[in-house]
Amino acid sequence: MTMQRRNLLQGAAALAAFGLAGCATTSVPSKARVLVVGGGYGGATAAKYIRLLSDYKIEVVLVEPEEAFVSCPMSNLVLGGSRQLGELTVGFGALQSKHGITVVRDRVAGIDAVKKTATLASGPVISYDKLVLSPGIELMWDSVTGLKEANAAGQILQAWKAGPETQALRRQLESMPDGGVYAITIPEAPYRCPPGPYERASVIAGYFKQAKPKSKVLILDANPDVTSKAGLFKKVWAEQYKGIVEYRSQHKAVAVDAKTGTVKFEVQDDVKADVLNVLPSMRAGAIAVQSGLANSNGRWVNVNYRNFESTAAKDIHVLGDAIQVAPAMPKSGHMANSHAKVAAAAIVAELNGWEINPAPMLTNTCYSFVNAREVIHVASVHEYVAAEKTFKAVAGSGGLSSAPNELEGTYAWNWARTIWADSLA
Amino acid sequence: MTLRAIVSGALLAAFACAATAQDAKVLQQKALAATCANCHGTNGRAVEGSAVPGLAGMPAAYLIEQMKAFKSGARQATVMHQLAKGYSEAQIEQIAAYFAAQPRN
Repeated sequence: MTMQRRNLLQGAAALAAFGLAGCATTSVPSKARVLVVGGGYGGATAAKYIRLLSDYKIEVVLVEPEEAFVSCPMSNLVLGGSRQLGELTVGFGALQSKHGITVVRDRVAGIDAVKKTATLASGPVISYDKLVLSPGIELMWDSVTGLKEANAAGQILQAWKAGPETQALRRQLESMPDGGVYAITIPEAPYRCPPGPYERASVIAGYFKQAKPKSKVLILDANPDVTSKAGLFKKVWAEQYKGIVEYRSQHKAVAVDAKTGTVKFEVQDDVKADVLNVLPSMRAGAIAVQSGLANSNGRWVNVNYRNFESTAAKDIHVLGDAIQVAPAMPKSGHMANSHAKVAAAAIVAELNGWEINPAPMLTNTCYSFVNAREVIHVASVHEYVAAEKTFKAVAGSGGLSSAPNELEGTYAWNWARTIWADSLA
Repeated sequence: MTLRAIVSGALLAAFACAATAQDAKVLQQKALAATCANCHGTNGRAVEGSAVPGLAGMPAAYLIEQMKAFKSGARQATVMHQLAKGYSEAQIEQIAAYFAAQPRN
């Protein structure tokens, strides 16, 4: 007995002597559990890839309040009339049946980062070893006076979170008389999907050109210039939508009056429109803000980019639009899917006691339709730069389309089908 | 007896250490290859009727050659010539080895 214990002790001494402390022999704790909050491009991908990369050894629970995933990318085509919302909707069934993820339809009401538990709105408490938070964005209604009420009444829509509002905005466009004005206001960057508002304006202009050619599209941008694919969009407006699209920069919306269809701006004159589409400022999803994780301006979550762990709370990894972005990193669905894979690999490594990847990579490919068929893209590859603890675009990589083209229209829809499968099937 | 215990303990630890380092490398390779999956499908298996080719089961030498051709501009593309330039030769070799080892279906 004494002898055995001494041997054990000496074995342990030998381990220490060989300097193997950092080379843990532990494997995944038999019941390691990752709780994923949010089933969008970030959360769904993280849930699936934690299962894949751990050879299905780590338990994953996904909490999502919606019954199905509805894609924001491609939802502008619903506004243009070339796609239906049902084509952009994917259920969570495969995550459960193919990947053994427990999908809980609920909302997380609170997170206790010390006890490592989350409380669901319906009451149950779920404990976790790692939490993945991918809450998307919250619209800051109060940034535009009168907008919350006008939106609740269904008068002034955002349709920035794809869903019923997307269909409602389409109906407003359909019932607008020929010769009417559709106006979209864009908040100051950063906001979800930088080229999204310009794509929306273009696709709606395409619809007007065909169905009600005397109508106008007015883009009222709080920013000093078009924030993404500027040259390409401006060329499209000049060549395809002359007399239909008008772009005005430095128009920061501060108030709306739904009765008269008026937007008021910080500096510029009021604008009236038949269909008003007002995008307020945005911040990280409510749960991130409530949990004290939004430590960048009270709006976005600072993360360690190597593993996407919050700088405010250990073992909470935050993905997607909710984070304070690195240079040249857009708030996009593709980027959220990329974040998720880096975080999933880091979580699997950490739960195994392995070193996490010192050089993770991200990609982004963002397609924008300029009408029902033609597309322009921007693409980039990002590498983790250890010395600066951030991601940077790889020098010489990435770029834009040279001009709108139908081939990329095919690739854009293919991109959507593939990334939905990569995230959810 | 005591010496044997020390030696076997050390050997065991060294073995475990090599195994974890290897496992960590495999994980990193999988994560690197996953940066292609958004457009080419999870594990390189394209969705049905895809306009973009699946990568699973393609010979490593072919994948490396194509990536080099995208990088140099020898092969024209809408977007791959821009993305290929973001990857080093060593990364391309790892990605190619990963997809070559994946079953096509």
